[in-house]
Amino acid sequence: MTIRSRKRPMTITEKILARHAGLRDVWPGELINAKVDIALGNDITAPIAIERFREVGAKKVFNRNRVVLVADHFTPNKDIKSATQCKIVREFAREQKITHYFEGGNVGVEHALLPEKGIVVPGDVVIGADSHTCTYGALGAFATGVGSTDLAAAMITGEAWFKVPESVKFVYHGRLNRWVSGKDLILYTIGDIGVDGALYKAMEFTGEVIESLSMDSRLAMCNMAIEAGAKSGIVAPDGVTRSYVEKRAERKPRYFASDHGAQYESVREYDCTKIEPQVALPHLPENTKNVTDVGRIDIDQVVIGSCTNGRIEDMETAARVLKGHKVARNVRLIVIPATPAIYQESLRRGYFDTFLQAGAVISPPTCGPCLGGHMGILGPGERAVATTNRNFVGRMGDTTSEVYLTNPAVAAASAVKGRIAHPDEVSR
Amino acid sequence: MKLKGKVWKFGADIDTDRIIPARYLNTSDPKELAKHCMEDEDPGFSRKVRAGDIIVADKNFGCGSSREHAPIAIKAAGISCIVAKSFARIFYRNAFNMGLPILECSEAADDARTGDILEVDMSTGEIYNVTRKKRYEARPVPPFMQELVSAGGLMKWIKKRGFV
Ligand code: SF4
Repeated sequence: MTIRSRKRPMTITEKILARHAGLRDVWPGELINAKVDIALGNDITAPIAIERFREVGAKKVFNRNRVVLVADHFTPNKDIKSATQCKIVREFAREQKITHYFEGGNVGVEHALLPEKGIVVPGDVVIGADSHTCTYGALGAFATGVGSTDLAAAMITGEAWFKVPESVKFVYHGRLNRWVSGKDLILYTIGDIGVDGALYKAMEFTGEVIESLSMDSRLAMCNMAIEAGAKSGIVAPDGVTRSYVEKRAERKPRYFASDHGAQYESVREYDCTKIEPQVALPHLPENTKNVTDVGRIDIDQVVIGSCTNGRIEDMETAARVLKGHKVARNVRLIVIPATPAIYQESLRRGYFDTFLQAGAVISPPTCGPCLGGHMGILGPGERAVATTNRNFVGRMGDTTSEVYLTNPAVAAASAVKGRIAHPDEVSR
Repeated sequence: MKLKGKVWKFGADIDTDRIIPARYLNTSDPKELAKHCMEDEDPGFSRKVRAGDIIVADKNFGCGSSREHAPIAIKAAGISCIVAKSFARIFYRNAFNMGLPILECSEAADDARTGDILEVDMSTGEIYNVTRKKRYEARPVPPFMQELVSAGGLMKWIKKRGFV
């Protein structure tokens, strides 16, 4: 018999979950009930959650400050059905006096909005009825996507059940090449391990490259953990996290780190000096290639936006590449700043002049074409380069259309060239 | 709980956009959603499928979005159960939360073809392919998940625990 006199060494993910479950320690595979700090829903998933909430006879959400509702997918309402869905969410938000309810001029793409507003803070447990909820791992929170029924239950109880995931450690060594961002690191990683390469697991991103990575790039990386099948992605908080969080956190952050001797299911190491800008070819995010290896691929549309790459750093990169250039004759370029603050900041910095002079359309903050909703749907056989996160069959429109996933620099260069292009071809 | 039905076989990495394309997500009406179930994968699916039929798929079934519209569409289309090599995690969770039976079994998924008749015993995890006369053992469902299913899904389970 072994007597455990002290806590077992845990990963950051295990520590956050243990704390929220009121346990001294947790083990991978263990089923726990944990308190959730934030429960999130959007205009697609919240209506079902609200229906479940009412069906079961619930009267009040567990905490009106901790339920967040963002109408970002089909808004500004694209049709009568969408307007009806949004109305359900709006009325519920009013009735429950939800503090964090966003629509109209306040709305941004949820996973860009919540970190920006300081609604999610390091050390939180967050569930969201949206698969890209894993984005908030970049802040050092445990965040994971769930369904509407989970959201309904959490809105009532303030809790959710979890199977404690095994953690996989990803170590990024060396230095980033020019034009390579967090998006490329995650695409490269998914290309390596596959779309179910981290199924049910927590991906922990570490190494000197991650330490010097901006928060926007970290958010883009954690955003796509789900594209490897993962339950969550996480970056341990450091100086970058603190300076991002301190000016905006609406609650007290808790900074966790993995213990020495914490157990990982496996460890993978990458030499970043070998990583070039990546392209994920149709129809899976794992079909990655170096941008220089894709050959000639002519395109019809470029979308720069989404919860992956619609942040200010992405707007800055796109503007840098597009400056003084025109979008190719046969290409439609759609730029979607992910939140009102990013929109305003892009305007203030003069990026909109660059975009408009290049011939781009600037969309209000919305998910829009990312999920084939509106604001730039693809017709039969059309090809798009997008800074979004999924290139599934029909994701952005017709089932014969194609989506190529890239970072904003490659997307902007491709818009100028009318084919998939390396940013160096346009901007030196 | 014993189920018996005709197999509809699908490949690997069937994502939620193929189960129910996002263009139909402006509603959550199960009947509406069922009409478009698997539409981009097999256009006539919703008309061909009969109540009680079983979906069999390769690995990572239901990857992609968290939309509960996916299991709702499948259930409303009449599918009684899904057998796959593996499921994407949010889909797996959603299925249990709403009481749609699913099982993981690589061998049964490999052997089954569209049109086969399958018998599934949810309580034991036993799968019998009537057409091929072959028996399989699915991976056991964790006790907590069985508890969820026997309570009738997550909402009934929290009700039982006295939250509402
Ligand atoms: S931008 Fe795209 S991936 Fe992100 S939440 Fe919206 S639809 Fe989902």
